[in-house]
Amino acid sequence: MEELINIFIKAIFIDNMVFAYFLGMCSYLAISKTVKTSVGMGAAVIFVLSITVPINYLLENYVLKEGALEWIDESLRTVDLSFLSFIMFIAVIASMVQLVEMVIEKFSPSLYSSLGIFLPLIAVNCAILGGSLFMQENDYSSIIEASVFGFGSGIGWFLAIVGIAAIREKIRYSNVPAPLRGLGITFIITGLMGIGFMSFMGIKLDYGNNQDETVIETNINTEENKYKNIIK
Amino acid sequence: MKVFRNILNVIKPTFEKGGKLEKLYPAYDAFETFLFVPDHTTKSGSHIRDSIDLKRTMFMVVIALIPCLLFGMWNVGYQYNYATSGEMGVFEEFMYGFWRFIPLILVSYIVGLTVEFAFAVFRGHQVNEGYLVTGMLIPLTMPIDVPLWMLAISVIFAVVIGKEVFGGTGMNILNPALSARAFLFFAYPTYMSGDKVWVSEAMIDSHSGATILGDLASKKGWDQGSWSTFDMFAGFIPGSVGETSIIAIGIGAIILLLTGVGSWRIILSTFIGGYLMAYLFNLWGYNELMQTPAHIHLIIGSFAFGAVFMATDPVTASQTNLGKYIYGFLIGVFAILIRVFNPAYPEGMMLAILLMNVFAPLIDHYVIQSNINRRLKRVKSTN
Repeated sequence: MEELINIFIKAIFIDNMVFAYFLGMCSYLAISKTVKTSVGMGAAVIFVLSITVPINYLLENYVLKEGALEWIDESLRTVDLSFLSFIMFIAVIASMVQLVEMVIEKFSPSLYSSLGIFLPLIAVNCAILGGSLFMQENDYSSIIEASVFGFGSGIGWFLAIVGIAAIREKIRYSNVPAPLRGLGITFIITGLMGIGFMSFMGIKLDYGNNQDETVIETNINTEENKYKNIIK
Repeated sequence: MKVFRNILNVIKPTFEKGGKLEKLYPAYDAFETFLFVPDHTTKSGSHIRDSIDLKRTMFMVVIALIPCLLFGMWNVGYQYNYATSGEMGVFEEFMYGFWRFIPLILVSYIVGLTVEFAFAVFRGHQVNEGYLVTGMLIPLTMPIDVPLWMLAISVIFAVVIGKEVFGGTGMNILNPALSARAFLFFAYPTYMSGDKVWVSEAMIDSHSGATILGDLASKKGWDQGSWSTFDMFAGFIPGSVGETSIIAIGIGAIILLLTGVGSWRIILSTFIGGYLMAYLFNLWGYNELMQTPAHIHLIIGSFAFGAVFMATDPVTASQTNLGKYIYGFLIGVFAILIRVFNPAYPEGMMLAILLMNVFAPLIDHYVIQSNINRRLKRVKSTN
């Protein structure tokens, strides 16, 4: 349980898709003009991420990884299909996005029209593929961990886009210098928001497990201190 | 006063439309309105004008900062004296701190105001007074030994990226003083944290000038150092110049609250949030940081200073009343969270406020939205 909470918090704040990796920037910049549409976009990303990451986890572990096909037959142990992982992941993502699109069109036509072209473009949103690839890299031990990770990353992206949408609504009447209006100021805001999110960088969540890892990174003078204490 | 008025009257035509220095009118205007109440009249519609304008509001904050400033100067000398010979008298300690600190203020104001004036002249708007406060807050949040060129860079960053790109005072999303500090903190961490920077010239001797939070982060208990609880409360401890004394901050807070410049909602809810979070950690009590009593958490580090002077910044805080409670409460919670969970950043207050600055517009948005919904419902039900 503790492990799951760690993964969840880490995915939202510490490894935030937008502020830590700058993934999914195109829809993040384009859809963030009003809070209402950005909430819809963020919810769609949460949904797609939390569906595709577990599915891709299953694919990865039972089809693609080296030796993953062992469950069919002993002789398939040496088969390594991981060169197919990109195309498989993308196929899963694209079909899921189709599904989301149909659902949104059915239940909220106004949101559907305000999201416009960016809804199908979730399929090529790098945050979504990034989620699956990070999952592959992190080597989660169970499908529950992978889905928690996918859901958390989605929430992190959601927070980022909703936060910047509120800021953009607030500064709509600001006297921004002409060359910076629009995207320019949005990039600057993103950077400043990134500073705000820096507070979570370097947080060590494994309290109780590996105490030795909680090293104080900024205290570069530890050696000197020891020396001094001896003198004292 | 007459002398100033006469001088201003004489040079005024040079700066007005058609005059020789027409371009520099914002600079002239800034000085005139600084010295005298502006005689502008409203041109359209009916407005109520108050003699309290932005400039005087900001000046109130500077006045509220003076106790912190004076105490900070003395504490710089006191810490130096404590670390070295121990032969200085109280007055000598103050003068030592005074001469150490004045260059910081001068650099901050000169660099910052130059950038402000340049922007005002080029963009043709009035000089905004926000920098009066920012320029005072920036040196107060710095360690005393920060190199002046770093201070200058951070001031430029704060004014240009933190404020002017958004169109000047009143438009920024992050507190400029804190963005200056955060900039230095991430760009030159060795000058902004650790145990070498908090006592003036601590480099030269074997005295360890770690702050209490620094000690805590390196797994010492809060009462292991040579500081008593009263020392922490009164501020006889190492730290950034302005942040140490709760008494001086308290005087400032009273001034801010009496004049209505600072929001009591934010200050109160920040302290409540911090206290509750620290209390929860006390119950958990896993390591020294968590075991530190909740009331101690509130008086060490920059918690109080940030709550009173930084979180209450009317521009970057939430604007709605309910929003202010939420905003302040979350600042307190996150400040303690970062302190306890992030050993790399022993001081969580700065980052907590920056984080909540980012989300303040969102809080406002939802508070306003819920008000709209509630009233809509009321209208519908009466119909």
